[in-house]
Amino acid sequence: MSSFETHEYDVIVIGAGGAGLRAAIESVALGSKTAVITKSLLGKAHTVMAEGGIAAAMGNVYPEDNWEVHFRDTMRGGKMLNNWRMAQLHAQETPDRVWELEEWGAVFDRTGDGKISQRDFGGHRYARLAHVGDRTGLEMIRTLQQKAVADGIEVFMECSILKLLTNDDGSVCGALGYHRVSGEYVVFKAKAVVLATGGLGRSWKVTSNSWECTGDGHALAIWAGAELIDMEFIQFHPTGMVWPLSVKGLLVTEGVRGDGGTLRNSDGTRFMFNYVPEMFRAETADTEEEADRWYTDKKGARRTPDLLPRDEVARAINSEVKAGRGSPHGGVFLDIFSRRDPEYIKRRLPSMYHQFKQLAGVDITREAMEIGPTCHYAMGGVRVDPDTAESTVKGLFACGEVAGGMHGSNRLGGNSLGDLLVFGRRAGIGASQYASSCKEPSPQEGEIKSIVAEADKILTSTSGENPFDVLHSLQDTMNELVGIIRVERELVEAKDALAKLSDRARNLSAPGNKGYNTGWHHALDLRCQLTVAQCVTLAALERKESRGGHTRDDFPGPDKDHFGKVNLACSMASGEISVTETPLPEMPAELARLFEEAK
Amino acid sequence: MTNASPETSKKSWKMRLWRGDSKGGQFQEYDSPVLEGEVLLDVVHAIQASQATDIAVRWNCKAGKCGSCSAEINGKPSLMCMTRMDNFDPGVPITVAPLKTFPIVKDLVTDVSFNYEVAKRVPHLKIADPGPDGVRRMYQQDVNRIQEFRKCIECFLCQDVCHVIRDHEDNKKYFAGPRFFLRYAEMSMHPLNTEDVRSKAREEGGISLCNITKCCTEVCPESIHITDNAIIPMKERVVDRHFDPVAWLGRKISRKPYSQLPKS
Ligand SMILES: Cc1cc2nc3c(=O)[nH]c(=O)nc-3n(C[C@H](O)[C@H](O)[C@H](O)COP(=O)(O)OP(=O)(O)OC[C@H]3O[C@@H](n4cnc5c(N)ncnc54)[C@H](O)[C@@H]3O)c2cc1C
Ligand code: SF4
Ligand code: SF4
Ligand code: FES
Repeated sequence: MSSFETHEYDVIVIGAGGAGLRAAIESVALGSKTAVITKSLLGKAHTVMAEGGIAAAMGNVYPEDNWEVHFRDTMRGGKMLNNWRMAQLHAQETPDRVWELEEWGAVFDRTGDGKISQRDFGGHRYARLAHVGDRTGLEMIRTLQQKAVADGIEVFMECSILKLLTNDDGSVCGALGYHRVSGEYVVFKAKAVVLATGGLGRSWKVTSNSWECTGDGHALAIWAGAELIDMEFIQFHPTGMVWPLSVKGLLVTEGVRGDGGTLRNSDGTRFMFNYVPEMFRAETADTEEEADRWYTDKKGARRTPDLLPRDEVARAINSEVKAGRGSPHGGVFLDIFSRRDPEYIKRRLPSMYHQFKQLAGVDITREAMEIGPTCHYAMGGVRVDPDTAESTVKGLFACGEVAGGMHGSNRLGGNSLGDLLVFGRRAGIGASQYASSCKEPSPQEGEIKSIVAEADKILTSTSGENPFDVLHSLQDTMNELVGIIRVERELVEAKDALAKLSDRARNLSAPGNKGYNTGWHHALDLRCQLTVAQCVTLAALERKESRGGHTRDDFPGPDKDHFGKVNLACSMASGEISVTETPLPEMPAELARLFEEAK
Repeated sequence: MTNASPETSKKSWKMRLWRGDSKGGQFQEYDSPVLEGEVLLDVVHAIQASQATDIAVRWNCKAGKCGSCSAEINGKPSLMCMTRMDNFDPGVPITVAPLKTFPIVKDLVTDVSFNYEVAKRVPHLKIADPGPDGVRRMYQQDVNRIQEFRKCIECFLCQDVCHVIRDHEDNKKYFAGPRFFLRYAEMSMHPLNTEDVRSKAREEGGISLCNITKCCTEVCPESIHITDNAIIPMKERVVDRHFDPVAWLGRKISRKPYSQLPKS
């Protein structure tokens, strides 16, 4: 074996966000020797930033809520492209996962009769999101972190995985990484690997995602031979901050609208009433009076169009700005100050109050916010078996944002945190069971050598380019050419630009020594970002229709008969990415019935 | 909106960043332009991207939510991502140093593993079983106090500033620190917790060493009233000589919420 520091486990979990921690907790509970590996410190993963809440049909506020309604909302939000079985498991199991968090110490906001409170969110028929003010992600990650510590789970902090290792039959048997602090390489031999690496939004210039969201798990998976699906679907959250530039893209929770905020253009018009698509017309209010009444009267009034699914709202804002009805800094207005009293706003949305006050000098209890779309979430990811979370490669599992299928073409707010818990747990079980029966891992030495040589070259090269320059070009390219509204000409341009960027990325240099060298870290992340950006662009070129998080100016409507029936799958062979159409799994009749009754 | 003076956006600012590692180092001066509305972390990033790509600095959220970017800015422990540049006088260089209480890894990054070790020693909650209807009931007014403590983003600024460990490295063995006193207080005040942690707060957490200087509360970016709402009540509970564990447990489980009982 190589001379590098080496560890052996039954299961390694790459990622310490909600999905990774939940997977590890389950895997350890089943007796597997398990370690968690994370690029940042424990408790800092992106999950910590989630704001609004966890969607779970507990029926605490509306007893008429149940898993079937949640399932139906999720599928319709995803424009029916979701893997029905994942959406079903998710809707059925989230309530138990939320109650379990409470048992482990989470302290959710309460209803008047002492139960877990639930709030309204876009696309959800009933108030359904368990929450803690607007810092639900913090509550969730802290609870899971403390549970993981209590269970004695080993965590490798500030350790980045560069590549998955495989047995000679192609099954995954571990991973190679480096300690960010020392720059030293480390080998993990493992019978099963769970990817829980989160999202990929950092390749867009305007994004709500942190430096960690470079799509590493997506890239690691496709390099190891796994399939990625639905990569063309990127969620642009309608409400990101637009000013000052320093915080452009920073998220403003949908909870603002859930709690009564409304969108207005520069004329003061509540423009969302003009953008209600056919699919949602029957259940959406058509007067301001009805929309306002809906907040307190769910039975007598229909929901406000401010809370249509995110893709609809993001496109509407885009159109308003284009039509010249935007706010001074190129967004639109989000107004809660004229609709709710200051005490209510501060109690329900404390971190939004804080965020605007401190970073933009705006008091949201007295003036409107300026907001616009921001790159937020990847619907696409590793194709997995819904029940076990196993990928198309043996020994490799995936859960959380890095997995695909659950959300179809568009994710509903609040459905990610539940996804992390439900499929994190399932991946833990899947990986643990697989590990108990598979053969001993035996990584191939050649794989380790080639990646180490590639990484070392960046440190020793003196003539290469600054990694930050390539990163910034990538972010500009994706933002301009593969953004909310896409068109063939620009996608082809993006494809060519990415090929050039990949050439540039082969010749980078990061001066300085190996220890905590940020330039080097970025250079290594870029390899993943470029692979993933190519997948998104190629799949976007291929899908000649508009649906959810993929809008084509040249194909403005959905194509029910062809693209409505297929997922696009990306895979890689000898360095080339190819995209193929694969049929959607067919929904059983007893579930399909839920959609017929609706209209 | 922001009202930075016009020259803020054009002028080059002087930044003195500490550069070095565990073997030693010094402040190095950089000039960097500052745009309207920028925070200190933006400026460090700009220097990193164009002048010194190997600068080590932690961050994640850039919104005061993850607690990664703690540093001592002009001597004051703060979050770099929540420090607005227009708070400073453009003519005066700004000094950015790593947290003093923890060993240096490199540049602005310190080894905060002490805190993760303490976290392993803190006892874990044991929540009572659900009521007969399968529901765990807690009332908002009964959880407000502990929700305040749970806002903690683990930036460890309070740990950095607390003189008990800042000035006495040896105390780290006996003293959990303000961030973890919040954990003990939370357990003690949680309406459904069944584990009595009062003696542990003293014996394992070393809460008696705290002499209520309130420095921790002053630096907390989440404005948690660490001393008044957690440490002082906890100290009172710890020294309560008359405590009888059985009666304590009984009191907790049978306690009725103050008000707002369900109507039905
Ligand atoms: C601002 C914001 C608000 C949101 N609000 C909500 C909400 O209210 N409700 C909701 O349902 N969803 C929300 N979301 C979405 C949701 O938070 C994320 O989709 C979710 O947290 C992702 O969790 P995860 O566990 O999959 O990954 P993450 O939490 O992103 O964690 C990824 C982990 O993988 C590690 N990692 C990545 N690459 C590597 C590598 N190469 N080697 C080692 N480790 C690696 C990282 O260090 C990290 O530990 C929000 C998202 C944002 C940005
Ligand atoms: S109040 Fe106590 S814990 Fe806080 S800084 Fe002072 S001595 Fe430390
Ligand atoms: S209590 Fe406040 S200062 Fe201390 S770690 Fe938590 S957030 Fe930071
Ligand atoms: S970067 Fe998260 S608190 Fe500063």
